[in-house]
Amino acid sequence: MPRPEVQAPPEIFYGETEARKYTTSSRIIEIQNRISERALELLALPDDGVPRLLLDIGCGSGLSGETISENGHHWIGLDISEAMLDVALEREVEGDIVLADMGQGLGLRPGCIDGAISISAVQWLCYADKSSHEPRLRLKAFFGTLYRCLARGARAVLQLYAENMDQSEMIMSYAMRSGFAGGMVVDWPHSTKARKAYIVLTCGPPSISGALPKGKGEDGESCSDSDEEGSQTVHISDRNRPRKRLKTSKKGRGKEWVLRNKEKRVRRGKEVPHDSKYTARKRKSYF
Amino acid sequence: MRLLTHNMLACNVKGVVNGYPLRLEAEVVAERPADFNADFLRHIFARIDWKAFVGAARSLPEEHAVADLPEDAEPSMLASEDFLRRFHHALLELHVEKGALVCPETGRRFAIDKGIPNMLLNEDEV
Repeated sequence: MPRPEVQAPPEIFYGETEARKYTTSSRIIEIQNRISERALELLALPDDGVPRLLLDIGCGSGLSGETISENGHHWIGLDISEAMLDVALEREVEGDIVLADMGQGLGLRPGCIDGAISISAVQWLCYADKSSHEPRLRLKAFFGTLYRCLARGARAVLQLYAENMDQSEMIMSYAMRSGFAGGMVVDWPHSTKARKAYIVLTCGPPSISGALPKGKGEDGESCSDSDEEGSQTVHISDRNRPRKRLKTSKKGRGKEWVLRNKEKRVRRGKEVPHDSKYTARKRKSYF
Repeated sequence: MRLLTHNMLACNVKGVVNGYPLRLEAEVVAERPADFNADFLRHIFARIDWKAFVGAARSLPEEHAVADLPEDAEPSMLASEDFLRRFHHALLELHVEKGALVCPETGRRFAIDKGIPNMLLNEDEV
């Protein structure tokens, strides 16, 4: 299946049916939870028990937000898909949600947020869905305003599925240009499916805490959760696809269909009764 | 949308210099209890723009309007439990369900529906 990013713009791709999957599929929920846990871990908030105000960019149905709430923090979520936010409302998430487009820049006051996470959202900025979209400008607006709204020393952890190296490089370069310091942390780099890339950015001067955290599984250790490789990414097969209709009319399948199938069976070397005037003849109604 | 979020949101339309604070026009307000956490309140106090916060709290429809918050707040007031309670109530327990946010400079309205402010901009506003 092609990547969701090339199928439709996010506000359309995450329509009602797609959004519904984020409440019904326990597998998707589990993967999202695991990624958000890891993102929070990488955010490295001070361990003093004080709740912080975090930003969840591309919060969708609020799965990642729930992880934040479980860790006791407050959050504000942004998303472009109304359908996803409706699902978030249904789930009664604790954070506040705002309908916004990150590529238009975040309309937030400078220096007010203690940290930002984003799960599988930032790569959407690399696609021009409307003629007015210019990916480079959108990336610039996003990272510029993100830098501005974060408090000094705050971190942003952005998990993303980049299509190729060029894309992740482009995203990184715009982050750096906006003044962020940091780099990329890759978990399970040797696996194609379980591989997760996180951009860890620090706002303000190059941090004292210095080095980037290490990605999981870099030394060849294997995935902890004995999942098969296939179940590590959010990939959705269309469960509610309408079934193929049988090609029958009211009259039944007809003589043509019977003859065609008999021929096919002959070609395959099966035993087939010979054709006669009775072949596929309609029965009388009083039979 | 809680007043906490209102306090952080600013108008993002191209060319707007002073898009903060957004004027709050609340029509429907709901009250939902939230866990009281003094540490968070003390932490977030430094981040709150108090003037905008009090302005928004007083502008709420009558039955929810918060009148007992002081015009000016100082960090020393955070020692008082009573003040913290009132701060907590206004900041985290009042949810604006329906209404609008209005940009102070251009008058651009951002509608709030089902508690979700719509901050999407039109193409010519980016």
